[in-house]
Amino acid sequence: MSEYKFIDHTYDVVVVGAGGAGLRATFGLAEAGLSTACLTKVFPTRSHTVAAQGGISAALGNMGADDWRWHMYDTVKGSDWLGDQDAIEFMCKEAPAAVIELEHYGVPFSRTEDGRIYQRPFGGMTTHFGKGIAQRTCAAADRTGHAMLHTLYQQSLKHEAAFFIEYFALDLIMENGECRGVIALDMSDGTLHRFRAHMVIMATGGYGRAWFSCTSAHTCTGDGGGMALRAGLPLQDMEFVQFHPTGIYGAGCLITEGSRGEGGYLTNAAGERFMERYAPNAKDLASRDVVSRAMTVEIREGRGVGALKDHIYLHLEHLGPAVIKERLPGIAETARIFAGVDVNKEPIPVLPTVHYNMGGIPCNVHGEAITRVNGNETVVRGLMAVGEAACVSVHGANRLGSNSLLDLVVFGREAARHCARVVKPETAHRAFQADAGDSALARLDKFRHAKGSRPTADVRLNMQRVMQSDAAVFRTGESLNDGKRRLAEVFASFAEVRVTDRSLVWNTDLIETLELDNLLGQAVATMHSAENRRESRGAQAREDFPDRDDQNWMKHTLCWVSPAGETRFDYRPVHLNTLTDDVQSIPPKARTY
Amino acid sequence: MAEFSLPANSKVRKDGRVFKAPAGAKNVRVFRIYRFDPDSAENPRLDTYEIDMDACGPMVLDALIKIKNEVDSTLSFRRSCREGICGSCAMNIDGKNGLACISACADVKRDIAIYPLPHMPVIKDLVPDLTNFYAQYASIKPWLQTRTPAPPDGERLQSKEDQEKVDRPSACILCACCSTSCPSYWWNSDRYLGPAALLAAYRWIVDSRDEAAGERLDQLEDPFRLYRCHTIMNCTEACPKDLNPAKAIGEIKQMMAHRRH
Repeated sequence: MSEYKFIDHTYDVVVVGAGGAGLRATFGLAEAGLSTACLTKVFPTRSHTVAAQGGISAALGNMGADDWRWHMYDTVKGSDWLGDQDAIEFMCKEAPAAVIELEHYGVPFSRTEDGRIYQRPFGGMTTHFGKGIAQRTCAAADRTGHAMLHTLYQQSLKHEAAFFIEYFALDLIMENGECRGVIALDMSDGTLHRFRAHMVIMATGGYGRAWFSCTSAHTCTGDGGGMALRAGLPLQDMEFVQFHPTGIYGAGCLITEGSRGEGGYLTNAAGERFMERYAPNAKDLASRDVVSRAMTVEIREGRGVGALKDHIYLHLEHLGPAVIKERLPGIAETARIFAGVDVNKEPIPVLPTVHYNMGGIPCNVHGEAITRVNGNETVVRGLMAVGEAACVSVHGANRLGSNSLLDLVVFGREAARHCARVVKPETAHRAFQADAGDSALARLDKFRHAKGSRPTADVRLNMQRVMQSDAAVFRTGESLNDGKRRLAEVFASFAEVRVTDRSLVWNTDLIETLELDNLLGQAVATMHSAENRRESRGAQAREDFPDRDDQNWMKHTLCWVSPAGETRFDYRPVHLNTLTDDVQSIPPKARTY
Repeated sequence: MAEFSLPANSKVRKDGRVFKAPAGAKNVRVFRIYRFDPDSAENPRLDTYEIDMDACGPMVLDALIKIKNEVDSTLSFRRSCREGICGSCAMNIDGKNGLACISACADVKRDIAIYPLPHMPVIKDLVPDLTNFYAQYASIKPWLQTRTPAPPDGERLQSKEDQEKVDRPSACILCACCSTSCPSYWWNSDRYLGPAALLAAYRWIVDSRDEAAGERLDQLEDPFRLYRCHTIMNCTEACPKDLNPAKAIGEIKQMMAHRRH
């Protein structure tokens, strides 16, 4: 490995990823006086938070009565009682202050007539514990994620946080089960960097690109999850994958749930508003898993639209040009570009599309990573996770729309606060062990010179096809076992991968291969966890086990993936307890909308 | 004497590699793509890729990804969201700056020439170095500045009319299509802030919540930072989000004029 030399850096805290959660953590840390580095493989405003459209939930009550307890109830119910109620309480209670803080930072929120933040209805968001429809989702037109991400980056500039932009994180540096830092490649000049820190915060997002069709950006390759697996850590609840009801048919681009919040609705080939049958109360604003399953059933039973009867229509024509222009200008543009549709005149062809990973690095309410060693739950020293990379779990088996932007800021901020509590600025660092980072280098070198017969794109496409067909909206033991077998073949074929570009400067052939390595481990964890969980809950719909089984399965899955692609499971109890006495635990009951 | 010749390695060789379409392809488009390998001492070159459009998505980014996946995995370019919101895949397509992900191949009538954003240092292939562009953005202090404390438990109120003033300008995605299409920016990017940074400055000057308009204008009161804009309008023409940086710059100049009187 003498060809490679490390450039060493030392910080109090290193954040990996500069989406909403990573940026909120980063400037919170800088503000707290901790020396902080934020590493990111894309310039911060390119992170996928930028693509969030509909909004961020918070019980501000600007558009009618609201209460954070109702928000908590909706989130617990949305999670199908797999969410941890202490964490959900924390998130929903913190939400109003977190959103007000964003406004004070300058987020250009849309406004009500009296100048307050505009809030729209969203799926699963109710008042009075399910009785009414809440207007809880704070919006900046239909580019709320863009507005937030740019504002968070601006705050990071204000606080002069140190960024390492277009640095690709390769691996964690682990010593005796403790995280000591991270290794990264500077894509612009090919230099290798070794960051030493008292705390590493993973804010690396989801892994939607493990599927063939997803709303996720090309860069959503779950690099933090891949690093965690290689560090011998488990991932939690990976079987729970959210299909967004309205991805554009073909292109997969997202059409916000806010379009239904503003009054849009779905129809089948008969022109029927079929959601009235599946969710008599909430109709088109039922939870995403419910709507995606209903659409899939309609298509399977021959009531899909189009020549192949394989998709569904989303109607916005009746809203009128004024509402479209003020509230949904971005999706009008997206529908025109990617579906050739004028939303004022015709419906948008849509299909449930992979959108969000509820699973991730298991964490407690402060963001500290958790694992189980010899049957005992323990904190992974030196490692935290936030945002979609993490599984706190506030989303349980199914996330509610507009709760992810909230998750980012609440837990990004809490991660910074937690570090401020436990890390004293400028605390001396122990030296690394002599071999720190060597395994990361070996891995980099192996892929850089990979001379096999299978181009990266081939292996990736095979993985994506398996995930698309077998880790789908509906699952059976048979389809999942078939998926496991086919995925094992793909996993094995990766040993024969071929990289053509041997350079270290902006070698995206190499980067995509490293990303594929990250994706593959998580694909395996997803398929195996889904097969292992013999019940239906939230986004996991097992046709062979159609009911929720609280007695046996109200627990979080922990899944380890070995370098050979073998999995091992353990479990964590769901926290039914609340964090404080401000609210009562919400007991499990049947979930209908 | 001023030297007008370009550095030797900026001359683009036209005799790059040619990748033929697969036999039997019926709907072939030709892509001529700028390639630069920083590890070699060679000049940049144009490589030619013949692509079967019957087996390719409609957008320029679809073609680039097809090339990378199936023809030549060494081609490097930035991309992320593929829906026109992240601003990663800004490049020069058929002589115009735009986002590859929302530029349809069918809208180009001739062979599709793809270059990096103009007049920027190139790191590799279609990847320009945007360090200076980002530094200029940071230089205008693009965050809310106030002296009045925020209300302790509520938002700063803003009327719908006032929100409308910042709504479009704040939709900038920092793709750099505008600045790198501006001849004045090409000449003076070391001192002229360029349309993207000026649009960002404008976004805060007109935000009813911001209280630093005076300081922001002071900072722009400079023959280069602001006044190198000669109303060429390429920026507005280039913006893939249909924003109007030229108008924003014009309004900043008007504010400057008004406050002198």
